[in-house]
This record gives sequence, structure tokens and C-alpha cells, in this order.
Amino acid sequence: MLGYDEKGGVKISSSLGKSIPRKETWEKVTGITRYVNDISTPGLFHVKIAISPHAHAKIITIDSSEAMKIPGVKEVITGRDFPILTGSPLADRPPIAIDKVRYYGEPVALVVADQDYIAEMAANRIKVVYELLPAVLSPREALQKNAPLVHERLAEYKQHEEVYPEPGTNVANRTKIRKGNMEEGWRKSHHTVEVEVTLPQSDHAAMEMRCCTAEIMPDGKVIFHSASQSPFVIRRAISQSFHIPIHKVIVHTPLVGGSFGGKSAIQMEFLAYMASRAVGGRAVKLVNSREVDMISSPVHIGLDATVKLGCTREGKLMATEILHLYDGGAYSDRGAVMSRSGAIDCTGPYRIDNVHCDSLCMYTNHPYSTSYRGFGHPELTFAMERAVDLLANLVNMDPLEFRFNNAIGPGDTTPTQTLLDRSNLGDLPMCIAKLKSLIDWDDLPHRKIDGHLIKARGVCCFWKTSDTPTDAGAGAVIVFNPDGSINLLCGAVEIGQGTRTALTQLLAEKLRMDDQMIHISTGVNTETDPQHWKTVASRSTFLVGNAILNAADDAIVQLKSIAAIVMQCLPTDLDVGAGKVFFKDRPAKGISIDKIANGYKFPNGNTIGGQVIGRGSYAMRNLTSLDPETGKGNPGPEWTVGAQAVEVELNTKEYTYKIVKAATVIDAGKVINPEFARSQVTGGMSMGLSLASREAFLFNDQGAIINPQFRTYKLIRYGEQPQYFVDFVETPHLEAPYGLRGIGEHGLIGMPAALANSLTLAAGVELNHLPLTPEMIWRTIHDSV
Amino acid sequence: MSSLDSAKYPVEFEVNGEKQTIRVRAADILLYTLRDNLGLTGSKSGCDNGDCGACTILVEGFPIKSCLMLTVEVDGKQMTTIEGLRNSPVQNAFVKNQAFQCGYCTPGFIVNCEGLRNKLPHADKETIRVWLESNICRCTSYEEIRNAVKDVFSLEK
Amino acid sequence: MIPFDFEYYKPTSVQLAVKWFHFLQKKGKNPLYFAGGTEIITWARQNSIHPGAVVDLKSIPECNAMEMRNDKLIIGACVTLSALSAANSFPLLSETAQGIADQTARNQITLGGNICGNIYYRESVLPLLLANSRIVIAGMNGIREASIRDIFLRHLRLGNGEFLVKTITDRSYLSLPFVHYKKRQIGNVGYPLVTVAAFKKDSQIHTAYSGVCSFPFRSAQIDRELNDSSIPLSDRIVQAIDYLPAPLLNNAEGSAPYRKFVLKQTMADAVHTLESR
Repeated sequence: MLGYDEKGGVKISSSLGKSIPRKETWEKVTGITRYVNDISTPGLFHVKIAISPHAHAKIITIDSSEAMKIPGVKEVITGRDFPILTGSPLADRPPIAIDKVRYYGEPVALVVADQDYIAEMAANRIKVVYELLPAVLSPREALQKNAPLVHERLAEYKQHEEVYPEPGTNVANRTKIRKGNMEEGWRKSHHTVEVEVTLPQSDHAAMEMRCCTAEIMPDGKVIFHSASQSPFVIRRAISQSFHIPIHKVIVHTPLVGGSFGGKSAIQMEFLAYMASRAVGGRAVKLVNSREVDMISSPVHIGLDATVKLGCTREGKLMATEILHLYDGGAYSDRGAVMSRSGAIDCTGPYRIDNVHCDSLCMYTNHPYSTSYRGFGHPELTFAMERAVDLLANLVNMDPLEFRFNNAIGPGDTTPTQTLLDRSNLGDLPMCIAKLKSLIDWDDLPHRKIDGHLIKARGVCCFWKTSDTPTDAGAGAVIVFNPDGSINLLCGAVEIGQGTRTALTQLLAEKLRMDDQMIHISTGVNTETDPQHWKTVASRSTFLVGNAILNAADDAIVQLKSIAAIVMQCLPTDLDVGAGKVFFKDRPAKGISIDKIANGYKFPNGNTIGGQVIGRGSYAMRNLTSLDPETGKGNPGPEWTVGAQAVEVELNTKEYTYKIVKAATVIDAGKVINPEFARSQVTGGMSMGLSLASREAFLFNDQGAIINPQFRTYKLIRYGEQPQYFVDFVETPHLEAPYGLRGIGEHGLIGMPAALANSLTLAAGVELNHLPLTPEMIWRTIHDSV
Repeated sequence: MSSLDSAKYPVEFEVNGEKQTIRVRAADILLYTLRDNLGLTGSKSGCDNGDCGACTILVEGFPIKSCLMLTVEVDGKQMTTIEGLRNSPVQNAFVKNQAFQCGYCTPGFIVNCEGLRNKLPHADKETIRVWLESNICRCTSYEEIRNAVKDVFSLEK
Repeated sequence: MIPFDFEYYKPTSVQLAVKWFHFLQKKGKNPLYFAGGTEIITWARQNSIHPGAVVDLKSIPECNAMEMRNDKLIIGACVTLSALSAANSFPLLSETAQGIADQTARNQITLGGNICGNIYYRESVLPLLLANSRIVIAGMNGIREASIRDIFLRHLRLGNGEFLVKTITDRSYLSLPFVHYKKRQIGNVGYPLVTVAAFKKDSQIHTAYSGVCSFPFRSAQIDRELNDSSIPLSDRIVQAIDYLPAPLLNNAEGSAPYRKFVLKQTMADAVHTLESR
């Protein structure tokens, strides 16, 4: 509690390191939370999407006459009605297919009707005649010289950010890393391994399906309510695509029911806008069914990769040559950037001086990919960590020791030749050391046979930087209420991660006040909240947090200047804390903030100052774009590092297995809210284990997805959770609020690799293909004999 | 022209202790009647296919997936939705353990857990698993939910 | 959401149900009998079926019966899977039913609905096939009784307008030594890769299968091979598999070759366990 201590000083408790509950706790357990689809407006029209049943086909005709005959149907919209191309960095995607479809599930028409079931009924009656085209069904196939082209006019697409498409091929983006001298690297490599891995595309599977409403007001304002991680990007994208001044696009984002990257893409909003425009600006709602959400909206990226890795006789990593073929699907979207991220951190957190990497985003006739928790890293980590395990085995070294010995450190450089120091890197050796003791690594066997059950443990390390635009930034405003409480305004979206609560803790710490006195709304409104780039990349506490600290500094100056007049001293004599402005040298003497928060009124009525409003902003510092030939540059402000382990129990009768334990040690820089931090990490681990053990889109030989429901697309359920072990290292990142590092995605990153490493040890065969289903293990064993 | 008026089936039921008489289409799904006609939006749509449990409500005390039930089927029945629970031990345990992140699956989990507590107040670990595996949570690791459930059923952590 | 309309009828007697059904059929309504409704709603929302009317059987007293009468266990078609599992009068049926879908869904899914559905698995029929249960069927010509083994051939062979009222199982089958294995690749909820239910009666093992082919089945030839104790079990299984009534399923739950591998293991476990009892 706050107050005066016995000696008359100001006693201030810290908000950092406290597990305060989510601000919206009671809303969430009583069912009164309003997600986008819970908001109703009388007279709202409903929109449904008609989707393509083919992976690659020419659209010959679209006949909507039967659909239009249904009473209640207002309009049918096709791609030709709005012939625009969207997407960033590469504008390659018509929101509704034009002339041809490039994936199974691609929107081919929209129906607007007065009731949702009528819209669905009509969507079912739209008749489209297609002429089938040969489909490209894997990124390796896409790279073949004679592969059919997914995009014939690649050269004509507008580029919004750096991206290097290769017209005449299916390469949407290529990032090159050229570091050191490969010849020398291989010469010094006594041992080399080469692995080929595949990870199929899968789904974000947030429990809330994507949902969006749009309305165009008579004065031209466009109002959206969207379940999105990027309300400010919606504003920009709609403004650019439809030539509307940006201030006339207003986006409301209430609490979001999970997103994991999938709701950072702008997709539904284009459709909802078109639908509203087609019916004279009426309010319309578009909500995905689960099936459409899985196959039509963007998905988790896939990867086919080859990693060649070499080390000296003593086990020192010397060289690596990497080919990443990311499965970007039919449109590049953020897949183009994810493939770049896959290059930036391609080596994993190891010192390797000689690196050659080509990381490609490939077009295929699969659903298109967008950001997914880990942004290209779970994929690259799976590839690299399989190779590292293999190499450690080859030199006959303990896999954690091998990683410890090769851990990247201050003074080393990344694949992008960024110089690392303790602040921008964190402490991987410490994470490995803590992991060892957390799971009794040295004291328990790594493999233990008990009849037909084999227990085995696998490990991995990870790192990740954020690879944002070099100008990504955020703003914050803090508004003082007459009682000295504060309204915090910012653009970070609450997607379940607890950011908005954690941000109040940062502000409370800075102002040395009770966090319960800081109010924050649950939702974001682009009309009133300061801009925040996007709620992605585990960057919100960094960008918005820094903006908030700057806003707090601004408010402190204002508070002190009002108080100095009242207290007849200099502002520099004063300090702020515990709801007061007080003398530094006589803390018991001060003025309570509620007396000055809206200006100070003297007894005679004269008033000085006014409402205290702190404003702050922050943008990324010193980031540079990458050299297109070598990849040299500075992609992100810091790297979060960590080490992970998984223990499995494999039943060798049918190759089913249980995940018994899973552990993560992560350098969090500074843990703000321990309960949130653990929950973010275990939640990520759970998602990673689910992904690695069972999640994949299954395609038939024509490229149609055969498991677009949770009945056949399985997710981990209650009771399957392993025992979780989580610990933190705290190496401050000097540029971040209180030294914190991003941790929202990282629990997931190494889980596929650690699971594969444990199962490989248990099964005695190399398991390099996800998902690691019992059938996959059985087939690998079966094929190897 | 407006859509056909096919809402011609009168249905009477009790939800959260309140009597309701409404007219619906025979094809209307209970989840959407609760949400759209009665404003009880606490029950969520996560799959509309009976696979995820976000829409779970109690019908005559039993957890039911309201996305797989016609509204006409509950004529004469008693229902409880998340809105009908206030300060229940289950809700308190979810609060204490912060057994949610985004909160979207939470009403379904809480209602299911409440149904279990009413039907089998001394449920063991295995029974709890069998009941709760009807619901999917994508954000948490289930560890938090397990801790909450253990508080409710006074099991050892 | 169901993207079309249908009519709804809830008769309170078997006779009314049949009458309504035929009336609706004559009017071209393409009616369906409706019990738990979960499967009808699943197909309807995906626009895969288009009934113009449904006839809900849940208010018919006979369809809700669950009782022991004259050494016979009677279970109505509208008894839910969770209710029959909780009552546990037929342990093999209880256990088989407990493997279907998930607990909440089992509060809705009925025995009749599961047996008469279109989804491949319909596992609750397995114990009834093994127990030579009799079933009561209602139709325009009144009530008839039949052995489920005679009329469940890939699916329940009901005549036009007929519906399943209840099942009747002789007490002598209820407490036989049994095994039930539901194999999935991963997780505890979902369709089977392979489900095997089996009894031992008069020192003979009787087996029934779901998830193996696109329909549940029991096969006299398979049981004959599995009971041939003159040869090693592994050989018996190889021979038994020759008698599968249709190609192995190949779908999202697993490929046909992996299913075959798991089927063999499961057969071995079933026979091995029952032989030792």
C-alpha cells in the first residue's frame, strides 16, 4: 500500500513484478465482454462470402441471378466491381478474385442480405463456371523451372516496403544473407550434416472467428468495428485502396478473442467496405464461419528447408548454408516479410562466422499466409535445431553442452552482421544453465526404456528479433482525472496477452502510484487513441511502453510546475509519487495530485494550470533496411533468447506418445507481471506443442483442404497438457522500459524442434517433418527399414 | 423486398430464471436465438459444429452445445447461460487463477464446469478431464484452468 | 446457422410420428426423423442435406425408455449416450458410447441418432451387433421387431418412413467379459482411427469394428479366423484382415496402411486380453 512510512517519508510500492489481475477480469468471467460479433445494430445487413472450390482455375462466368431472386438479398458483389490490388509489402491480391482463383477457399463473390442465413443461402446459389488450371502444391514444386505460374504479372505489382519478387517465377521475395567466407568455413568444418525439413501450413485457430462491421456515413466517414491486431493499418489500407482521407476512416477494436498474428492481416475489412458501399453505405457485418476462417482467411506459413551445417572436430560451428522455401500460398501478404525474418535469424542463436542463406517466399496454390506467433522463427528454428542436434550427435557431445559452447554472445555478429552486446542480446548461456537445473538435465538419463515405453528428452535454443518497419512506433496520452486517477490512452490491442494491464503497471511504476488508480479502456478507437503501429511482434510493451514513459515524464513536468508555484519552490526541488508532489528533501511535505490534476485553485478563486495531460511517443531507433546482396543491416532493437526442453513417452507399439514435460527458460529482460509472463510462455508452448504434434492442413491432390473443422483439424485439449516448467533470466535491454524484452511469441518458437529432437531420440529415426503424428513416426521407421 | 417471414414457431422457456416467449424459425439455432433475440451474447460461437464448446449452456442442468440445438427443441425447458451465474465458486476460481487470456472460450468453460459441480460435486480428476475436454482454449496452456478447477473441486494442486 | 427453412413437428406417439412423416413425404417435404439432431444440424449448416421438415422423436415415451424387463434391457432410441453410460446397464455399450464425440455432445447425441446417422463411425452399434440385440422399428404397417444383425448391413436398413424406436438386449450378454479399444492418433476426442469392441462368450471371441472401413461391421469370417487357436495369433490376424468387408479408410484420421497396422495391433490386444479371461 502507498502512504507515509514511519519516518514521515513517502512509502512507494513497486508495480513491477506484481501479478495484478487483468483489468477486464470480471467482464471475462461473467460473459458481458463485447467482442465485435457481440455488438448489434438494428437494421444491420449481413455479408457472406462465396468461395472457390478449386485451388487454381480461370473464372469463366459468375451467375448470381438465382441468388438475387431470394427475398432479402440486397446485392451480389464480384471482383470486377472493385478491381483493386491489396497487400503489403507487395500489392498482389484482389480482395475478391478477378479472372482467376489461386486457392481453394478464395472469395469469388459477396452477398449482402437482410439476414445472415439468407446471405448464406444466396452465396450457395451463386453459380461460377471455372476452367481448371494446373496447381502448384508445394514450395519445392513452385521453384521448379517449368512450374505453372501463380502470378503472371508479378512485375507489375506495386511495392509498399522492400521486397524482391522475381517475375517469371513463383518467387514473391528473396532475402540473401552473405556473411564471411564459405570456402573457408567448409574447409574448417571437420563434420558436416545436411537436413531437409518440411512444415505444412496450418491455422491460427483463434477461438473468435474474424469479424468486421463497416458503415459509410453520409459525410463520407467510414466506421469499422473489427477484430484486429492492426486497427491503424486498417485505417491506412482502406484510405489508400479507396482514396479516402485517412482521418475519415475510423476503426474500433474491442477486446479480441485471440489472434496469434492471424488478425494482423487486413482482409475482412476490404470486403466489408465493398459490401457497405454496394448497399449505399448501410452498416454491414461480415463474420467468418469456422470453415471459412480456416481456409479463406490467411493462415500460418509453411516451410520446406535445407540446412547444411559444419563444425570443427571440437564441435565449434564454422559454416552453414541454408535454403528456406516458405509456403506463402497464393498471395504474399506478410509471408514476404516472414521469409526475410527467416533469413535475419537463420543461424539460430549461435556464433557462425560463415553464412550463406537464401530465404524465399514462394507462391503456391495454397491459402495465403500471414503473420503467425513467432513470425518465421518456429519454422527456421525447427530446421536449424534439427541440424544442430544431428551435429552434436556426430561429434558425440551432449546436445545442451554443444549449444552452450556455440551460444552467440556480446561481440559476435548476427547473420545481418549486426554487432551484439549484452543489452541487445540477452544471456543465452545463462538460459541454458538454468534450463539444465530446471529439468535435472545432468542427473537424469536422456533416454530410458521401460518395456514398450521409451522416455526421451530433447532440447533446443531460440532467438528472435522483431523485424518491424524501421519507423514502427507508438504514441500515448495520459489524462489526469480530478481525483488524481489517470486515463491511459494508447493503441495497443488487448488480444488476451494482458498488454493493456501490463502497460498500466509500467505507468504506475513510473509515476510511483497505485496501479488501481490507472484506468484503461478495453478497446482501441483510432479516432481518439494515439497511433500504435500494430499489436504484433511482441512489440507493444516496448513501443507503447516507451511512449507511456515519455508521456509520464511530460506529465511529471506539468505536475511539478503547478506544484512549484503552490509550494513556492523550484520544480527541481520536487518529486512525484504516491499520489503526491512533495519536497525531495522533506517527503512528508507535499500536495496531493488531486488538488492540482485539473489546475490549482487558490482560496481566493484564482486558478493556475489546467488539466494535466501527458503526451509521449516513441519510434524504433537506428534500424536500417537490409542490403539486398548481403543482408547487411540492423533489423531490430534487441534479440530475445531462450532454451527449451521437451520430455516424451513414446509407445513403440503404435508410435503414439505422451508429452510429459515441457520447459522454457527465457531472457525476459525484466518480468513485469509474473503470472502473465508465465501464462504467455506456457500458452505459447501449448500452441507450439499442438502445432508440432498434430496441426496441419491436409490437402487432397487437387489442393482442396479436407480438414477445415476442429473435428478433423485437431487442437490440444484439456488434460493433454504436460507438466510445465518456466523460468526467467533478466538481462536488461537498455532501450526498453525497465529493461523488458518481448516474450509473447517466444514460448512457441522452439517447441516443434524440441519435440522433434525428443521423439527422434526416442524412436531412433530422424524426424524432420511436421506434424509429428504417430503415423509420421511409423512411416519414417517403416521407410527406413 | 424483405426475406420470408418464417419465424412462426412459438417457443416458451426459462433462461436464467426469466420466462421467455418468442417466435423463431424451426431452423433457428439455440445459440443464435440466445445471442440475437435475447441479447445473451456471453455464449460464443467458435465453430457452430459442436467441436469447441464455446457455446456451452446448461439445459435442465446439463451442459449442452447450444450451436447444435434447435431453439424449438428447448420449448418448456430451463436454461442457464453464463449471464445467469454471479459470483459462483467457478467464476471466483477462474478469477483467482486468471484461468483465461482472451476470454472467448471462458463462458463455455465456466458453464461446463458449473454443470459438473452441480451434477457431480465430488468429481475426480479423470471425470473432470472427460467433461472439460469438450471445450477448447487456444490461449492458455490449460494449466491455469486446471488450477482453477482444482480449487473448485478441492483437489490437490 | 442453417441456410434454409424447414418445418418442425414433435409428435407424442409412435403412430403420430409415422403418420406425420408420411403426410410430409406426400407433400414433397423430404422429411427426416430427428432425435438428438446434432448430425442433422451439422450436415444442414453445411448445406449438405435439405430436409423440408423434421419429425422430432424425443417426446415419444417408448423412445425414451431405459429399463430391464423380463431379462431384457430396453433402451429407447432417444436415450442420450451420456444417460446410457451413466446408467451403465450394459458396460460395453457404456464404454463404447463414452468414446464418441465429447461429454457435452454426448448429453445430446442419442443412441438411435448415432446408429442411424450418415457419419462413417456410428460406434454405438458395435455392442448391439455383438449382443445380437433386437430392434423395434415403427413404420406405416405398424411395429416390427428384427435382429440388428439382420438389418444393420453397412447401415441400418430401414424401410421408407420407418424409424428405430428402441433396442432390446438379452441380459445374458450384458455382463460378458469384454474389451473396447478406441484408437486415435492423438488426443482423447475425435473420430476413431480404429475402434474394436469384443466379447467372449462360450469361450469364443466376437469382435466388431468401426473406423476401419466406411461403416461399422461385424464379420463371422473374421471372428472364425481370430478364434482358430491352432495357429499363432499373428497369423490369425493376417488371415482375418483378408476378410475386411471393404477397403480400409484413408482420411484425415490416418492413412489406410497406418490403419491396417493399428488394426492388427488392436486385434492382437483384444484377442490376447480376452483369451486370458
